[in-house]
Formats: sequence, structure tokens, C-alpha cells
Amino acid sequence: MSAQKFLGYRRENGRVGIRNHVVILPLDDLSNAACEKVANNIEGCLALPHHYGRLQFGEDLELHFRTLIGTGCNPNVAAVIVIGIEPQWTGRVVDGIAKTGKPVEGFAIEGHGEIKVVADASRKAKEMVQWATEQQREPCEINELWVSTKCGESDTTSGLASNPTVGNFIDKFDELGATTCFGETSELTGAEEVCATRAATPEVAKKFLDTWQAYMDEVIEPHKTSDLSDSQPTKGNIAGGLTTIEEKAFGNLQKIGKKTKFIDVLQPAEEPAKGPGLYFMDTSSAAAECVTLQAAAGFVVHLFPTGQGNIIGNPIEPVIKLTANPKTAREMSEHVDLDCSGILRGEMNLDQAGDALIDITLRTCNGRLTAAEALKHREFVMTKLYRSA
Amino acid sequence: MSAPDFIVHDAKDTVGVIVKEGIEANSKLTGWVMEDDSKVEVECIDAIPLGHKIALGDIAEGDTILKYGHDIGKAVAKVAKGGHVHIQNVKTKRW
Repeated sequence: MSAQKFLGYRRENGRVGIRNHVVILPLDDLSNAACEKVANNIEGCLALPHHYGRLQFGEDLELHFRTLIGTGCNPNVAAVIVIGIEPQWTGRVVDGIAKTGKPVEGFAIEGHGEIKVVADASRKAKEMVQWATEQQREPCEINELWVSTKCGESDTTSGLASNPTVGNFIDKFDELGATTCFGETSELTGAEEVCATRAATPEVAKKFLDTWQAYMDEVIEPHKTSDLSDSQPTKGNIAGGLTTIEEKAFGNLQKIGKKTKFIDVLQPAEEPAKGPGLYFMDTSSAAAECVTLQAAAGFVVHLFPTGQGNIIGNPIEPVIKLTANPKTAREMSEHVDLDCSGILRGEMNLDQAGDALIDITLRTCNGRLTAAEALKHREFVMTKLYRSA
Repeated sequence: MSAPDFIVHDAKDTVGVIVKEGIEANSKLTGWVMEDDSKVEVECIDAIPLGHKIALGDIAEGDTILKYGHDIGKAVAKVAKGGHVHIQNVKTKRW
């Protein structure tokens, strides 16, 4: 495959984005209303309401900040307004985003009231949108692109064809120097030892197995009742023919290709720091939680293979949907960006399917809206580690 | 070859995946083994939906089920060759 380019937005810190959002970001649940009002007032703004941000503490609070700051830092975001109930935590998010050099301003509601904050923030948002809409796309290299992947509502066609298609893409983009990421700690159960053999070094393999074991010890063991068979595999997975978590895990693992090795293990929403290559991130296997964390780590485009038809999108990271299930491709066509069911009929091989995925990905990078974007799917779901104080 | 009725990931596997809609009981089916590009024929004894698994040989209770060349669980009931393999006769070994 020849090296191809795409048209992206080069940000102040050198990172490349493929969308140009002005985000109105609430620090906490109380500030959702103000953010949504600003986004209603000003064309071209995107509010990201969520449920949390009050009385969190410890590692859970750090993850909250890392997710919000990372979302603001994502190169698909041109500029950010942060609104919080009080100025101190609001300021912490603003300062974190400001390190990228992009325009960011914070507003606190206490002592002012929501109406004044909405007016002041709307005035600022108007300036930001007019500035952002003058930013121009420029030719960028594949090695400047950060791509994440996660599968959902998987079935056996995922393991046979759509996940291996993503794997073919990952193998090709790894050679071109892209930065890529997979996650889903719980859904590697049964294939964790095989996954560990795909680590680049024994140290990374140990870090992965320690992360997987910690999830089993700290989350599954204390909270499970009899077993997890009602949740993993999901009802949709079972309808699609997946019988056990082990079967699902080996299918899941097809997404990292045949030869690419992962070079580090990331905390949820942690930005990769070891340069180009494949990373594993410790995430939930719930689609919206996982993609929200990957977007917060800086990934700008997402590959999402589905069997039975998961319809997820993300507000800032375009989600490209592919399926190899001919029934899903036919009955849920409005959600599908790439139909690779031809692999199952022997009409298309994996190499061709991988090239078709590269083609639709580069068109998405150049500005084509994904099915999920056109359908306004904007699932922004924060991961919460434990209940608040 | 023409479009297969089922696909087998690995030559060691004891199950294949039906990739056509509307497969009825007592049909002669042709499978494609991806690993070595070989062909295998099995007569199914159940109607098996798209995406569901077919037993490639007789499976006894307690047998390990192999797919992708790996252990994906254990049989909790016997399954005859050509039978539908799913949650009614296979369980995880993990939880």
C-alpha cells in the first residue's frame, strides 16, 4: 500500500485533528444546563453534558479530571469553554487544557448566577466559533493519525470477518507509523494469555497481565453474584451465536491483527507517551465508556466492528461502523459505514476489506460524516470507579 | 470455491460457524477451513441460524470445545456431529 495523506487540522501543540469542534464542557452535573444553553445560543458549539463531578475523591476524581481535560485537549477540539459550579476545580480543567496552547476559558456559576454566566460564556463562545471556523485543513501524514478500536454487540461474524478487517488495518497502519489503541479488559478474559504474547516486551506483557488480574480481583470477584453469564456474553452476543466469554475474547483479539505488538499499557484516558505504535488501554467493555476514554486519551478516529448492530457514536471522535453480518448490513444499513459481509461469501479477502476500511477512514478524516455522526449519536459517558463521598 | 455454508477458523477446531441464513435440519453443508484453505463437509441435524455453531464431530459431555484453535469452554451435554452448539450444551470455564 502506498503512503496516503489526509486533510487534518494541525493544532498549536502539533497534534492533528479531523474535526473542528468548539466544546462547551461542564465540570459537573450542576453545570450541564448552562452549557446546553450556551450551545443553543451560539451556532457551531457542542455541549457535553454528563452525570458526575461532585464529591468524587482519590483515583476516581483523578480519572474525572483526566477525562475532562483529555477531552478538551483532543485535537478534534479547536477551542473550549469550561463551566463549573465553583472556580477552583473549573480552573484545574482550564489549566490542563491550556497546556495544549488552544483557546480555553472557564466560568464559575457561584456568586454570579447561571443567567450571567450563560451570557458571558455565550459572548466568548461566539468569538471562539468565528476564530475556529477560519482554521484550515492541511495535508497530514498517516503517522500523525491516532486511531482507536473497540467492538460491540459482537457475534461470530465479528471474529470471522469484521474484527480481522480492523486487524488488517492495524497491521498496515502500524507499519506506516500510526498510533493505535485497543482496550476492553474484561472481554479479553479467556484470551488473556494469548494477548500477553502480543506485547512488545516481557515487561509490557507483565503490565498487561497485572492489569487484567487487578480487574478480576478488584471488580469481578467482590461484585459478582453467581456468575457473569447474564452480562458477558451479552444477550445480543448470544442471539448472534457467541456462547462463552472465551469465544468472545478470541474474536475480540482479532482486532489487533496478526503481527502488530502492543508497546505499552495505558490507564483509562491516559495519553500514550511512547511514540507511534499499538497501545492497550484498561477500559470497560461498554461501548460508550470505552470510546469516551479513548477520545480523552487523544485518539481522533475510531473503528467499531459490530455483529448484531451496536449503534454507538461519540461527540468528538468520529466512530466508523463496520459489519460482516449480512442481516445487520441489510436491516440496519443506516448505521453501517462499511459492509464487509462479502468475506463470508468468499467474494472479498481480508486484504481487500482492510484496504476498503482504510479508504473509508481517510474519507472520514477528510471530513465525510460517519453514519453515527449523521444520526447525531453523541454518547459521552464518564467511567466512574466507585460511588462518591 | 463457491460461498461456504460454514467457516472453520483453525484445522484443530471442533466447531464451525454457519454463515448463511435459513440453514435447515438435515442439509448437506460445505465448510471452508480458513487456516489451511481446505474444504470439509458435514450434514447438519438441526436448523442452525446464521452465526451459530455446528459440531464437526460427536462431542461428549465434559469435552473442551476448540475454536480459533483455542479452548472456548466445556460441553455440559453431549452433542452429535452436525448438531447446534450453543448455550444449551456449552458453558464457560471462567465464571
